[in-house]
Amino acid sequence: MKALSYAKALVFLLCLGPLARLIALGLMEELGANPIEVVTRSTGTWAMVFLWIALAVTPLRHWTGWHVLLDVRRMIGLFSAFYALLHLTTYLWLDQFFDWVAIGHDILKRPFITLGMGAIVLMLPLAITSTDRMVRALGARRWVALHKLTYAAAVLAACHYLWLVKRDLSQPLIYAVVLLLLLLARLPLYLKRRARRSPARRAGAAAGSTVRPATRPVA
Amino acid sequence: MLTIRPPSDIVPSEITPREQYLTRREFIAHAAMGSAAALIGTGIGTAQAEQVSGRIEGYRAAAPIGEEATPFKDASSYNNYYEFSTDKYSPAGMAGRLKTRPWQVQVDGEVAKPRTFGIEDLLKLPQQERIYRMRCVEGWSMVIPWIGFEFSQLAQLVQPTANAKYVEFITAQQDTMPGIRMSILDWPYAEGLRIDEAMHPLTLLTVGMYGQLLPNQNGAPVRLVVPWKYGFKSAKSLVRIRFTSKQPGTAWNKAAANEYGFYSNVNPQVDHPRWSQATERRIGEFRKRPTLMFNGYADQVAGLYTGMDLNKNF
Repeated sequence: MKALSYAKALVFLLCLGPLARLIALGLMEELGANPIEVVTRSTGTWAMVFLWIALAVTPLRHWTGWHVLLDVRRMIGLFSAFYALLHLTTYLWLDQFFDWVAIGHDILKRPFITLGMGAIVLMLPLAITSTDRMVRALGARRWVALHKLTYAAAVLAACHYLWLVKRDLSQPLIYAVVLLLLLLARLPLYLKRRARRSPARRAGAAAGSTVRPATRPVA
Repeated sequence: MLTIRPPSDIVPSEITPREQYLTRREFIAHAAMGSAAALIGTGIGTAQAEQVSGRIEGYRAAAPIGEEATPFKDASSYNNYYEFSTDKYSPAGMAGRLKTRPWQVQVDGEVAKPRTFGIEDLLKLPQQERIYRMRCVEGWSMVIPWIGFEFSQLAQLVQPTANAKYVEFITAQQDTMPGIRMSILDWPYAEGLRIDEAMHPLTLLTVGMYGQLLPNQNGAPVRLVVPWKYGFKSAKSLVRIRFTSKQPGTAWNKAAANEYGFYSNVNPQVDHPRWSQATERRIGEFRKRPTLMFNGYADQVAGLYTGMDLNKNF
């Protein structure tokens, strides 16, 4: 258990790395000609990276059997929300200076802003309900259903990135393809679960299941 | 007994800025090669594709415009030069490979006297400094002291015919440019102006900035500068200028016609389909500033567009 808490502390520090790097570069005045653009891009990128990592936990856990991964998934998901909020704050403050008319205009008129806002709006209830107490209060089944919003947030984020670049789609396409693979990797798990739930199968073989009983919600 | 001395008596203000000592080193290097000619603006021809640099002498300096020039460091490290990379910080490190000597600019098409100019010929023309605002379509801007000559001076030398209604500007394609192996744009990069826009006294062919020959990432050895249009209209590293009777195709227009029009005049009222053009971030400033009609050159260029619907002809 102690090893696990050390591992968690390590992951926590690693997740703070991108922010520490930005702060260090800022203090050294090494953020380049357009520092606000760098901060916006970096926080947006890391919000996506951590979300993608969180989405990789389920397939990885099933292939490797490292159920311990579940213990850090929540933290990684929260860091994704943290960087997404930093990204949003950078936009609202350093890009728009809280000009709510301009911001409203942007959200309505510019699809990539609309999608980005949508992704963050979907992530907020997930971050808020991430505590153990919230899981208990909601009940596992409802909590799991709610946290399926992760998929929608990820898809919106990927589209947000695809839509904002001027011409060179190579970077956002990498994120979109990886997300697609992460979602496809769940397909066999989903089909297996569905098959197990269907009455025809249940009558046949119920005993052979190797999946660990869900001591924790699995999304 | 050990005495501990302070690390240094030098006050920070005496320390030479990095750019300056790098420039000095280049000066020394060029002087050592016996090519001091570069330093009076006639250029040099080194066998290796080494970045040609040096001060330009004898240009007519510009009067201040009341806006501070963007630091040279920013103007030469934050560049859109897709032939090298779509990342704006990368061209500064990559464009050194661009071979700028020898360099020729073919000027032809609807002209009485087509001619190919060597870069030395262009550097011999009387040079003047112009401090211009530069507004990128992406929403950032700079103030840059360019050195060059009016495009109309070049036109005089080739004598456009009555059929010359447009001018096409074509950028170099070299093996030194990794970006052209990707089909991001339809290479070579091409831009175009209507003849009256090209002949406007603000339209500059530029060979330098900040008193120096152009850094490669800024479009060496010669580029176009059209200050009332979005930056991408000001094509870099020109190898061909063609006077035409028909409107030429332009790289960004071909890439996305609904987003980048032929005119692409700076206009805060006409948004890019995916972002607002009402404001801009001046590099080095914290708060955004409002974008000005025709980038603040309306009193000089608005007349070129009387009667035109700028929403349609964006």
